[in-house]
Amino acid sequence: MLPVTSFRFDPRKWLARFVAPLDGPLCLIVAAILGFATVVMVSASPERLGTLALNVCVAFAVMWVAAWIPPQRMMSIALPLYVLGVLLLVGVALFGDVSKGARRWLNIGVARIQPSELMKIAMPLMLAWYFQCREGVLRVRDFLVAGALLIVPVGLIAKQPDLGTAVLVAAAGFYVLFFAGLTWRLILPVAVVGVVGIASIVAMGDTICQPGVEWPGMREYQKHRVCTLLDPTSDPLGKGFHIIQSTIAIGSGGVFGKGWGSGTQTHLDFLPERHTDFIFAVLTEEFGLVGALFLVILYILLIFRGFFIAAGAPTLFSRLLAGALALIFFTYAFVNMGMVSGILPVVGVPLPFVSYGGTALVTLCLGVGMLMSIQRHRRRVGT
Amino acid sequence: MTGIRTPEQELARFRTRLAVAGLVSLLCFGLLAMRFFYLQVVRFDYYSTRAEDNRISLVPIVPNRGLIMDRNGTVLARNFSAYTLEITPSRVADLEGTIEALSQLVDIQPKDRRRLKKLMDESKSFESLPIRNRLSDEEVARFIAQRYRFPGVELKARLFRDYPMGSFGSHIIGYIGRINDRDLERIEDSDDAANYRGTDHIGKAGLEKSYERELHGTTGFEEVEVDSGGRAVRSLRRIPATPGNNLILTVDLKLQEVVEKAFGSRRGALVAIEPGTGGVLALVSVPTFDPNLFVDGIAPQDWDELNNSPDHPMVNRALNGAYPPGSTFKPFMALAALMSGKRTPGQAISDPGYFDFGGHHFRDDKAGGHGTVDMYRSIVHSCDTYYYRLANDMGIDLIAQTIGEFGFGSRTGIDIEGESVGVLPSPEWKKRRFKKPEQQKWYGGETISIGIGQGYNAYTMLQLAHATATVAAGGVMYKPHLVKYIESARDGSRRMIEPEPLKTIRIKPEHIETIRRAMIGVNKEGTGTRAFAGAPYLAAGKTGTAQVFSLKGAKYSSRIAERLRDHALFIAFAPADKPTIALAVLVENGGFGAESAAPIARQVLDYYLLGKLPAGIAPEYPGAEGLTGDVAGD
Repeated sequence: MLPVTSFRFDPRKWLARFVAPLDGPLCLIVAAILGFATVVMVSASPERLGTLALNVCVAFAVMWVAAWIPPQRMMSIALPLYVLGVLLLVGVALFGDVSKGARRWLNIGVARIQPSELMKIAMPLMLAWYFQCREGVLRVRDFLVAGALLIVPVGLIAKQPDLGTAVLVAAAGFYVLFFAGLTWRLILPVAVVGVVGIASIVAMGDTICQPGVEWPGMREYQKHRVCTLLDPTSDPLGKGFHIIQSTIAIGSGGVFGKGWGSGTQTHLDFLPERHTDFIFAVLTEEFGLVGALFLVILYILLIFRGFFIAAGAPTLFSRLLAGALALIFFTYAFVNMGMVSGILPVVGVPLPFVSYGGTALVTLCLGVGMLMSIQRHRRRVGT
Repeated sequence: MTGIRTPEQELARFRTRLAVAGLVSLLCFGLLAMRFFYLQVVRFDYYSTRAEDNRISLVPIVPNRGLIMDRNGTVLARNFSAYTLEITPSRVADLEGTIEALSQLVDIQPKDRRRLKKLMDESKSFESLPIRNRLSDEEVARFIAQRYRFPGVELKARLFRDYPMGSFGSHIIGYIGRINDRDLERIEDSDDAANYRGTDHIGKAGLEKSYERELHGTTGFEEVEVDSGGRAVRSLRRIPATPGNNLILTVDLKLQEVVEKAFGSRRGALVAIEPGTGGVLALVSVPTFDPNLFVDGIAPQDWDELNNSPDHPMVNRALNGAYPPGSTFKPFMALAALMSGKRTPGQAISDPGYFDFGGHHFRDDKAGGHGTVDMYRSIVHSCDTYYYRLANDMGIDLIAQTIGEFGFGSRTGIDIEGESVGVLPSPEWKKRRFKKPEQQKWYGGETISIGIGQGYNAYTMLQLAHATATVAAGGVMYKPHLVKYIESARDGSRRMIEPEPLKTIRIKPEHIETIRRAMIGVNKEGTGTRAFAGAPYLAAGKTGTAQVFSLKGAKYSSRIAERLRDHALFIAFAPADKPTIALAVLVENGGFGAESAAPIARQVLDYYLLGKLPAGIAPEYPGAEGLTGDVAGD
């Protein structure tokens, strides 16, 4: 009897095999965010629902595959992926296509690719792998090496110029260094200098934003973005328009929002990029403070689930990777919501799992899949 | 910095760092939450308003301008809907090229280009300005087919003001024109600014200007939801415009036409007033102009033509032209004498043909004089000596005071702008008028010629007609007005302009009777006899001839340049016993009043009292009924 049944198709067994690599809490959280995103997208851009569904399917597949891949396998692809990424970035710098004043795309014949996107995952993978290799014999020297590994691609991306991605990649690398035990003596002064620097820019905005004043190491449009953030009204119909309109959208949403599909800012075309970078403004206009806090709570759950996984991860590599991935999610969410609500400059960072865009969704789900894999394989490797 | 540690130590430090990361991320999200709270709760009202302002745009609905009709319902000003081609200079890269390309599709005259140029000088570059008005259906179709080629050029359906009677009565009606910077300033200073959103024309002259408030109407609004590009998405609420009120005038356009035709090519003015109401029956200034030229910005060529014409057609002579009244002044001098007790009707003088003042002879126009002259004869035969002496006896102060009673030298208060004060001579006036002390002094000799309506005397025909009407009404002065009633375009209700008695001159009825009889005598046995021969009604009148140029004893002849000839004047009221019309007429350089001014007065009275039209004037306006049919806003 038994052997016979084992040959029969058993849906439960198949389902069990299917869900085996998935992490329940992460799945629930991501599904909740994606569900919310879909609801918002119905209002913001209903014609894109079909593509969104397709993107979600692809991203889910990527996540599932990533969840199947054990951390050991990930370690083995870290270096090749990183080297490939850097080579592509060099390629971009030498032969890339220029679009909107920035050289970001590389035409590889069949398609145009943006290698900086790859670096968002390759960077933490690489650094986590490096620290794993140096486990037990970690020296100051290793942090210098890691710093160099970080600086090269970030510098290449920043030169494109794509400040947003550079910041994200740099942050991803920095998180690994941070979790690997970068000394506070280095972190704290940098943090203090950063805070003081930002504060002084805000304070002296009027002077340094004068036309003709050149900022060292920054392009004119980057200076413009920062200056527009400091005073959006200085350019109400130009660069400040986005910030002004998105803050109006958020503010006018109030506590409970204007209701689904009733966002006037959204539906009367005042919001720029309403289905991509500025979708958070749509969400808050229609669902109010309640909707915004709901999303923030979902992100906190996601990040803390990541921290939880990191805390229980068996190897240094998986710990560093899991912690960095969780903080990458945080960075995406914070930077996007910060820029849409007008406290951070406008950089091209999507709202994780909500903004429309296949590449970002795939990258993020790849990260989630990696977290799942780490969680699933936590006992396979003995400590 | 990282000495070799046990895995337990490593794990512990990692978990500490995780806790720090967790704290920092919570802190950051807390910051975001605070930002949301600030935007959505603290500043909710502000952003809510901003969002509302963003999406709702008020689109003004321009009201139809009220119509202007004469007392018989003949339409003098109306609206019709037509297409206009407008260009926004700031949105057109190559203006000349665009206009050149447009001229392939629609007929654009050099005149149109010049007008656009003028409008561009007067307005801001983002305003849309007409390049061609009143396009034909064919032109409209041609443009629509090629519209994509012309960004910044728009076809607009608009109401146009139209003056179907052309130049008849144009000095009364005035005209509308595009709102310029000065108008804009005035509008913004008034509490009417909102009402002019969307309006681009305003009354510039005449009744169109003085009754702007009545004619304009109340602007309506449509609340439209718009996107950030300003495109209307849907209409939320519509408050229709209230059309402007119609003006129905006291003026009889037929009478106006009779007068304007009677003048022929001569220049001059005539004002006819209904005594006892102050209603103006006709107010003519010739030559006239076509007000239609002004509606959409007058072409510079037309403007130059009007402005540089030696005939000055733009000057409203009836209102703004001050002329010496000549002998038409005598009845008022006589009244002043009676009122002040300086003369009695029977008191007579002997006229030697001149009046001697300090060795200087003020000559009478009749050599050898009129013999014995009492007040009646002094008016009938227009005896100058009588009035030289009277003026001398009265003195300038008394003359100024009593003559001023009749409204000479002050504005009548008629309901259109541009009225001149004229000159009522007095020592005070001279002090104000001149700067040098030697010029400021009043000389006794100057008083003498004041008595015959010469010297510094200068009055408008409106003042003269007004004074005549006051005498005709037994000394009761009514404010002259052109509008009889204002008709609400909404419900047809009428608001009458009630006759407004300004004052009653303290004058004995028998004194007025004396003057009346004398003025009847003028037309029966005096200077007006020829003009009023065979009139079936009793008309009181007085001729006048005002000197333009001193002949210094030379003989008057047709060889004297036309512009140096005397002005001919006539005042009249009729029927003399119960007057329904009083008038003053002036023919510039017309020579003797009896010859050129009196016959015009006769035609006016014949038409007004008898309905008799001079040859060549049709009793009805052909097609006038049909024209009113398509009046927009009716």
